[in-house]
Amino acid sequence: MSTIATPFPETWRLPYRGKVAMAGLIIAESAIFTIFVVAYLFYVGKSLSGPTPREVLEAPIFFTICLLSSSFTIHLAAKSLERGKRTAFQSLWLLTIVLGGLFLFGTGREWHRLIYEHGLTISTNLFGTTYYSLVGLHAFHVTAGLIMLAIVAVFTLAGRVGVEQSPRIDVLAMYWHFVDAVWVVVFTVVYILGR
Amino acid sequence: MSSNAITIPGAQIEARPWVDELHQWLTTVDHKRLGILYILSALLFLVIGGVEALIIRIQLMHSHNNFVSPQVFNRLFTMHGTTMIFFVAMTMVFGFANYLVPLMIGARDMAFPRLNAFSFWLSFLGGLLLYCSFLGGSGLYGAGNAPDVGWWAYAPLGARAFSPGHSSDYWTLALLVSGFGSIGTAINIIATVLCMRCPGMKLSRMPLLVWLSLVMAGMVLITITPLSAAQIMLLIDRYLGGHFFDTQAGGSAVLWMHFFWIFGHPEVYILVIPAFAFLSEIIPVFSRKPIFGYPAMVAATVSIGLVSTSVWAHHMFTVGMNSYANSFFAITTMAVGVPTGIKIFNWIATMWGGRIQFKVPMLFCIGFLFQFLIAGLTGIMQGAAPFDWQLSLSYFVVAHFHYVIVGGILFAVFGAFYYWYPKMTGRMLSERLGKWHFWLFLIGFHLTFDVMHIPGLLGMPRRIYTYEPGRGWDTLNLLVTIGAFIQAIAILVFVANLIISYFNGAEAGNDPWDAWTLEWSIGSPPPAYNFAIVPTVASRRPLWDQKHPEDPDSRYD
Repeated sequence: MSTIATPFPETWRLPYRGKVAMAGLIIAESAIFTIFVVAYLFYVGKSLSGPTPREVLEAPIFFTICLLSSSFTIHLAAKSLERGKRTAFQSLWLLTIVLGGLFLFGTGREWHRLIYEHGLTISTNLFGTTYYSLVGLHAFHVTAGLIMLAIVAVFTLAGRVGVEQSPRIDVLAMYWHFVDAVWVVVFTVVYILGR
Repeated sequence: MSSNAITIPGAQIEARPWVDELHQWLTTVDHKRLGILYILSALLFLVIGGVEALIIRIQLMHSHNNFVSPQVFNRLFTMHGTTMIFFVAMTMVFGFANYLVPLMIGARDMAFPRLNAFSFWLSFLGGLLLYCSFLGGSGLYGAGNAPDVGWWAYAPLGARAFSPGHSSDYWTLALLVSGFGSIGTAINIIATVLCMRCPGMKLSRMPLLVWLSLVMAGMVLITITPLSAAQIMLLIDRYLGGHFFDTQAGGSAVLWMHFFWIFGHPEVYILVIPAFAFLSEIIPVFSRKPIFGYPAMVAATVSIGLVSTSVWAHHMFTVGMNSYANSFFAITTMAVGVPTGIKIFNWIATMWGGRIQFKVPMLFCIGFLFQFLIAGLTGIMQGAAPFDWQLSLSYFVVAHFHYVIVGGILFAVFGAFYYWYPKMTGRMLSERLGKWHFWLFLIGFHLTFDVMHIPGLLGMPRRIYTYEPGRGWDTLNLLVTIGAFIQAIAILVFVANLIISYFNGAEAGNDPWDAWTLEWSIGSPPPAYNFAIVPTVASRRPLWDQKHPEDPDSRYD
């Protein structure tokens, strides 16, 4: 219903709802992570028994590089799709999944070492509780991201992802960048400040 | 005004069997139906939570009463608080936002209709899960059914050792699940407001309700999530042997308090901002004047949203924080009063010189203005840390926050019911029953909650199941209980009005209040597609422009 017959210019453009929603989700998730980070920092050095972070933690440099570079590859992948280079998109996308998978493998190996060599579990002491919760929350988000990336990969290999899906791929890339950015915070808190 | 319904010649609409109709409601992704479902579920839980409140009041009617046992009393106030905050107030404001936001911005639906349905069912089933604790809460321990740890579940009460069985788990999971629902709805509202506006509906032209819903949704994102995080930690403590809130292993009980109130205080503003939104729509229409100070209203709301995230520890003055923390939180608490005061002045300035129509929606809004002011003043009293040491955990606090939630938020919600019920159902609510509802509720409210301040000042602690005679509390408590029953009668009148008017109310037509926002430009109830033609707006009051082409607002825009 046109209330006043003012012809509207064709320039009525609004932001893409997918991006706005993902930004909202990222804000909400950031608040959740903030609470876990605060709990981690609050309890640094307050464990009543060992093992302590200094004794058992080793900074996972290689796997961190894997995860951070996956942010780079997914960005390139999204750009390639936008320009219609589907083969480049496909290979960069798969590379992203491999890098993310490597990171997850790294977390798994670290947990295995901590549990079997140092006897550190989530119920051992405050360090165990906060460490497994924070790193685990992040690993859960990586896993969720990898599942979504894998779904896109299946569609890509089936030839169903084209330029028209580019905005959606951008939304997923936003999530993946967020997961990487959170890792920068978690890494700083757990492996640098918390030791 | 022409109706926008598309009529298809020769089309036959047959009455569907009721199973089909039910199926349609259960599987709907229409924002209007989901809004109504939200509101109905809130009404259901309002009645349940209200009955719990009445039992609490019967128990406290006189000293040494034995109406319920102490254990049951603990469960009652826990369930009453949890139900009213999460499954009545939150659900109610989400329902109205869902229904109204797309209509007011000229959109077809929310940005993500299926996410909308998902969020509603998470919230509703979360509420049902909470009440399933009556069946499964005792687990195999015979440990008592419903949660009895208070709605804050302060550590270490929530720990396994002090809360065996599953009652606390039902509480945790119910809040976690409904919290995810709230986050989904909040994301949806933000995406809808930013991405679905009709041509010409610039941010500066949105109805205030839309602006305030946007701020409310933004607050949900950053304040419900800390609660979710804390609930996850509590689950880790209870199920995986974690030590977050386990003082035996170096954990901190105070940390839980902080996490809870980082959620808990902004939550009040999440609930009251939609109440502000209702006032900002209703008061101008019944004063026959546009809202006074639109930009100031938006700015005040945004600053309330920001400042309210840094006031939480005024709930914890008695915990023993240092003087810097006490001063900081006392100052921020006082500071919230400033933008809130701006809003109250703006509503009064809107009414000033207007041709005020004292219809029922307006009556409830005027009630809000007085009561919310008093609630704010008692809030400032408790914001002063030294005075709070005297008042904390007394019935004064209980009276204060019920003044906010009942005298403020619930009054505004009632106003919203009377104002938008004609839009939702096509029928007017009865003015006569509405006035009965208003006056009975007003009298009951003041009898209950004005009087309740006094035993608090006299030292009556909250959450006690009974008290000694001869402390001067008996008569006051009896008056409070009588007031509670008057409120209950008023609610019955309200529910009767909802039902009777649905079948026998006067036809509402498109625009019964001669209002100015887009939802009144289409039929009542609106068709599934909302707007047959996407509207175009040129000012803050598109319907005024349409009705008064000789003097449109757009001329001054």
